[in-house]
Amino acid sequence: MENVNSYLSIRNLNKSFGKFLALDDVSIDISPGEFVCFLGPSGCGKTTLLRCIAGLEVQSSGTIIQNSEIISDLPTSQRDFGIVFQSYALFPNLSCFHNIAYGLENLGWEKQEVTKRVDELLSLVGLSDHSAKYPSQLSGGEQQRIALARAIATSPNLLLLDEPLSALDAKVRVHLRQELKNFHRRLGLTTVMVTHDQEEALSIADRIFVMDSGKIMQSGTPEDIYANSSNPFVANFIGMTNFIEGQVLDEGSIKVDNREIAINSHSYKKGTKVIIAARPEYVQLAEKNSNNTFVGRVVDVEFLGSFLRIHLETSIMPDQPLIADKPMIDNFSKSIAIGDNLSFTLSPNHLNVYERDN
Amino acid sequence: MFSLKPKSLTADKSDKLGRILVFVYLAMFFCFLVLPLFALMSKSTQNAEGVFVGLENFALYLKDPTLFKSFFHSLFVAFVSTIIVVCLGFLYAFALQCTCIPFKGLFRVVSLIPLLSPSILAAIALVYWFGNQGVFKEMLLGHSIYGPIGIIMASVYWTFPHALMILSTSLSLSDARLYEASDALKASKLRTFFTVTIPGAKYGIISTTFVVFILVFTDFGVPKVIGGNYNVLATDIYREVVGMQNFQMGAVISIVLLIPALLAFALDQFSRKRQASQLTSRAVVYVPKPHRLRDNLLLCYCLFITVLVLLMLGMAQFGALVKFWPYNLSLTLDHYNFEVAGLGWDSFFNSVRMSIYAAFFGTVIIFIGSYLIEKMRADKTLRDALQMIALMPMAIPGIVLGLAYIFFFNMKENPLNFIYATMIILVINTIVHFYTVSHLSAITAIKKLDSEFESVSLSLKVPIYKMFFRVTLPVCLPTVFDIFIYLFCNAMTTVSGVIFLYSYDTTLASVSSIHLDEQGDVAGAAAMAMLIVYISFLVRGIHTIISTFLLKRTQAWRNI
Repeated sequence: MENVNSYLSIRNLNKSFGKFLALDDVSIDISPGEFVCFLGPSGCGKTTLLRCIAGLEVQSSGTIIQNSEIISDLPTSQRDFGIVFQSYALFPNLSCFHNIAYGLENLGWEKQEVTKRVDELLSLVGLSDHSAKYPSQLSGGEQQRIALARAIATSPNLLLLDEPLSALDAKVRVHLRQELKNFHRRLGLTTVMVTHDQEEALSIADRIFVMDSGKIMQSGTPEDIYANSSNPFVANFIGMTNFIEGQVLDEGSIKVDNREIAINSHSYKKGTKVIIAARPEYVQLAEKNSNNTFVGRVVDVEFLGSFLRIHLETSIMPDQPLIADKPMIDNFSKSIAIGDNLSFTLSPNHLNVYERDN
Repeated sequence: MFSLKPKSLTADKSDKLGRILVFVYLAMFFCFLVLPLFALMSKSTQNAEGVFVGLENFALYLKDPTLFKSFFHSLFVAFVSTIIVVCLGFLYAFALQCTCIPFKGLFRVVSLIPLLSPSILAAIALVYWFGNQGVFKEMLLGHSIYGPIGIIMASVYWTFPHALMILSTSLSLSDARLYEASDALKASKLRTFFTVTIPGAKYGIISTTFVVFILVFTDFGVPKVIGGNYNVLATDIYREVVGMQNFQMGAVISIVLLIPALLAFALDQFSRKRQASQLTSRAVVYVPKPHRLRDNLLLCYCLFITVLVLLMLGMAQFGALVKFWPYNLSLTLDHYNFEVAGLGWDSFFNSVRMSIYAAFFGTVIIFIGSYLIEKMRADKTLRDALQMIALMPMAIPGIVLGLAYIFFFNMKENPLNFIYATMIILVINTIVHFYTVSHLSAITAIKKLDSEFESVSLSLKVPIYKMFFRVTLPVCLPTVFDIFIYLFCNAMTTVSGVIFLYSYDTTLASVSSIHLDEQGDVAGAAAMAMLIVYISFLVRGIHTIISTFLLKRTQAWRNI
């Protein structure tokens, strides 16, 4: 059942290093022109997956199909891709010009053609003035753009980015991820980026593959993954989530801490032990009397600029405090002090329910 | 739809080339290190007719009190020399790294001079100073310079730079924050020295101890020239093999020499590993503050050492120019004719040729070998094996390696027999003998390169060998030059490795110097030894000029 529209298909890919299973039966499809992110904690296999696509690692089993051709058995040099590494790996003894020209010169191009193409790429990444400079004379962000120009110089049809923003300062990172997005919009190049930064993935990707222990945990648009996380791992890894234990009473209600709370829909049978995931921004602190209203005691208040993060000790989460975020525009937020008792409500529309393992 | 033609799993051409090269290197090490050593060991268990006799030769060795005594002689001179060199070297290194004395550059250069001279040069100079007709003979209070005193003094001279290099490095790594903390806690200067400086250099001191011990324990040239009747293991091997043609006993003594050297080497490796983990990347470089009394005392000390070094060198040169020591002190160049040895200048030019070959081919082989080990993707087991073998030559005394070469390459049935008694065997022996130090510096340089260069290059369809010449080699050029000059100087000065391997057509300068001395022409020996010093200086000078020019062109990116 291969997806005929897919540009890059990965079928049942496995990769093990000794006893360690780095990729566990991974199958994904990427459409032409799509910008996807492999997102996950370190050691989840995302970089291994990228390196398998590039041929820098050889899979233990499985197939990779790019543009209707099986590439999984081809050596790196015969595959069609450009790559940018976290360290950029710019050649330190070559000027920016020669770094970008590196792959072109090898194709046997005329000198004029090479110069024309490199100038074009330099202006594309906005660094035309830096042609003669060495990498060490550039800032981190500029180096990254030169690495990008070098990667696409030979016009590959697939761009691989291995944590390209991780080595940068927070502010530059936010700026460059916007640039990367624009860049992708202009060129329409199928792009795969590996990152451990969920914010980065959410802001930049058309589609995200969340990975853990060598498996794809969920794939979908950023909005989808955030709002409808399909399992507790994703819910926890993407953004923050409060996990509350409960037991299913019927379709619309779950028993939590000996009380019945309303919940919009779930598909679990009566009696199933579940956990309920509630995002901090959907924990409503306004006074409201419903089945879903509980009381908690404030144990900590964090000021995080645009909002307050309030830690509440409550009986429905006996092991750790429940987190509630509150925008600072609210007058109410300013008066919260440690030790206060606050009522909070879990909105039935914004709760996700997962089956508990044990 | 898909074109589902299965394609066979192919590696990149570069990978294939790399794999072939790894096998080539393993084969080379096998032929030029492992098998000769094996030949040596099997020789030690055979009688003169080549019949296996087990450990009989070893039993003979233990029963012979004169032979067995040499073992303790070797231990004794190595032990005493090591203690002296470590103390002198530490003080000198401390003066260079942790004080504010002037002329540090000069002191550094002077202290490295012994590296450019063969170890026998010091022994010859000592003969002029303290020998039977020496200037200061009386200063030894009736003791003879020919014996342990001479061996120890000459050994201290030539191992001093080796000690200094390690100790300087370990002191230069001291963390300024520890000194600040000690100051803040109101510790006295002396207490700081014992609680911060010494512990910081601890592993350097340990490492120096092992290195110097091995150098002196296995040295051949110095005890040959100035040992007199005081036999040590290395001279015993020479006497058994060359004097008495008793190859089996030569092999036995070689193994007796090899075992303590291997042990010291293993301990040194162990302590180096611990040192690496001790260093943090956040350490702040210590900048010494002036302290008048300390600085003045140490300045005097450094001047004293400098004078001693120059006196040794100067006396060797003076002795080479004097007509007939000590009766006719008028100057002459006669001793530069080298007539007693009957070879004139041939051996000198042989040495230069041999050193250029060894330096050139050695640099190429060592650098590519290190690159394979560090950067090849597959075959980790093979690469680990290669790395382990590459460390081995450091533990093997030159004279043992030389003897092993005779046993192995002199066998009629050996297809490599044709290199016996040629320039080739001298070059190969020298490269293998000095492999490890160069290998380690090449590894250090290559480790600094980004690990993804190869991946980027492959993704841009540029073969690895092209990248090697375009990026790897230019970036590592300073190290490559250093390896070249290291191999050249060592090839010029080495004695122990090649003493068994030269033939009539391939005599070498350092060996001639020993033979001249053997024949009683001490002035000729001094003249030859000084020639080695001058050519080493000259080549080093050319090296500096060329590398300054070339590095300006290829390393422009560094200094921006």
